[in-house]
Amino acid sequence: MDFDLSKEQKDIVSAAREFAQGEFPDRAEEFDRDETFDETLHKKAAELGFVGTFIKDEYGGPGMGLLEYCLIFEEFSAVDPGIAVAILISSYGAEIVQEFGSEEQKRRYLPPLASGEAVTGSAFTEPDAGSDLASATTTTAVRENDVYVINGSKMFITNGDRADYLICFVQTDPDNPDRHRRHSMIMVETDRDGFEANHLTGKLGVRASDTAELSFSNVRVPCSNLVGDPGNGFAEAMYLFNLDRVVVAAQAVGTARGALEESIQHVKKRIAFNAPLASFQSIQFKIADMFTWIQAGRNLVYEAAWRIDQGTIDPKLIAAAKSFCGQMAVKCADMALQMHGGYGYLAEYKVQRLFRDAKITEIYEGTTEIEKIIMARNLLK
Amino acid sequence: MDIVVCVKRVPLTEEVDLVIDAQKKGVKKDQLAFVLNDWDNYAIEEAILLKEKHGGTVTAITVGNEDDEEVLRRCLAMGADRAIRVEAGDMSRFDSFGIVKILSQVVKDLPYDLVFTGVLADDDSYGMVGMMMAEELNLNHSSMVTAIELEDGKVRTTSELEGGLGEVSVVDLPALITIQTGINEPRYVSILGIRKAAKKELKVMDLAELGVSDGELAPRAIIEEVYLPPETEGAQILTGDPDKIAGDLVEILTKKGVME
Repeated sequence: MDFDLSKEQKDIVSAAREFAQGEFPDRAEEFDRDETFDETLHKKAAELGFVGTFIKDEYGGPGMGLLEYCLIFEEFSAVDPGIAVAILISSYGAEIVQEFGSEEQKRRYLPPLASGEAVTGSAFTEPDAGSDLASATTTTAVRENDVYVINGSKMFITNGDRADYLICFVQTDPDNPDRHRRHSMIMVETDRDGFEANHLTGKLGVRASDTAELSFSNVRVPCSNLVGDPGNGFAEAMYLFNLDRVVVAAQAVGTARGALEESIQHVKKRIAFNAPLASFQSIQFKIADMFTWIQAGRNLVYEAAWRIDQGTIDPKLIAAAKSFCGQMAVKCADMALQMHGGYGYLAEYKVQRLFRDAKITEIYEGTTEIEKIIMARNLLK
Repeated sequence: MDIVVCVKRVPLTEEVDLVIDAQKKGVKKDQLAFVLNDWDNYAIEEAILLKEKHGGTVTAITVGNEDDEEVLRRCLAMGADRAIRVEAGDMSRFDSFGIVKILSQVVKDLPYDLVFTGVLADDDSYGMVGMMMAEELNLNHSSMVTAIELEDGKVRTTSELEGGLGEVSVVDLPALITIQTGINEPRYVSILGIRKAAKKELKVMDLAELGVSDGELAPRAIIEEVYLPPETEGAQILTGDPDKIAGDLVEILTKKGVME
């Protein structure tokens, strides 16, 4: 048993922290206010090797583990979760290509992601299908000779409007008695005829990150765009979620840590009743609780990520990390805002942004409730 | 062009309430985060830029314990070719003179055209190592340098002087130069750089290997006491809205002859 990161991992943490602290603070408020992002920041991060870190050497990435991905995500999120998501999730879904794709697909889709020249995403959720992915997804891909014709719509798709290609969860075998064998993952280039993306505005948090609704109207893609085996979509989706749930948990840890760091600074400076806030026990208890929960959350993330890197996927451990960290981040951001009082209610204070940014970690990649169901099913079977 | 850069790992002291240690000889460092000294960051960047332009090698050196290797790995990740750490045990027994003796003993056996140090280190801000090392190694030198250009067998340096004056010197190589912040824009460490650094040489030497004895390293300066200056009277706090405060401030500064 060893609780220390390796030297290389420590150096990765330092490098990620320095980059985030050097580049994010000047832009975070603007991106949040205007719901925009600057792709040069994504490109810069990619040139330094922070993007698509799981992409293997032969496809232009550093081929690092999930733990390293989580380390970078925590550091970026501690500075600004919105920018962290916009940069690091630019390769979201490429995990499926790397694991299940053909050699030709890997060579085509992975290198531009690692270099920051392209953005991808994956499209699961629909207006009427969310957590009930397998039973409710209705976007169809019908085979006509050597093309698939795709019709339907997708909702809340990260990078939907900025991506160059999106890997889409679509129905290819609606009559299959096994609902987990009815879908496939198909790559759709976003310049195909009949594809439309509409950037959604008015999000509560992570506003630097693009979220879109998609519509597919007779979008024709070659059958060679099918990633993995036909009917294997659900398994491929679960493969991705098992990885990215840990990543979202790391995002939550980073968000909570940012909230703690802001709070410590604030309570040492702010005077009430002729003494710094930090001298009051009601404040001290909050700081101590936040530290404890963040540390507990981080340990869950590290263990889940480390086990995956060792080859063990334990869905209940992953679900525990995701659900605990999401709730923990929301709670920490709430306490941080409370300690900031009226200041925390203002947009110019980072803690207000963190308060809004935290919530998404309880929603996407499996809600807190779904994670708990996964744990319960595993424990009660 | 072979360049040796001397670097130091220093505590981050921004927004930290420093506490004086029990012996009153320094500050408590156990809870502090450590980084590469800011001036040294510019020095290593400048050396790497010169290497990228003119070829050659960059060697980074530090005196310290295993934790201090972190800054050497950073230098390697930025693009230095090799690094040397001198394991010297308890560092608190050395003053600047001792550090200079140790560093010079390493540098004198290396091939070099230039030696860089930061102007000073963020922690105790003595600013002595660079110039004393030039003396110890009998090297030409230029200090507080904000621009460097190589010429045939020479180096042209620009230094910042008091009162906003600039000074241009031409110095014969080999030379020692102390680097001022702002001379360049230090790069970020990349993941690829970290990966490459793991394969580069990081050599550890001890004092016996260098042939320096503790006697030679005995400090010339001995710290008697470190203390917080007592709070003094006489501060005037301006209150009111910003316009009034600005007006009052200008009036006081004009009266005292700071502004005209």
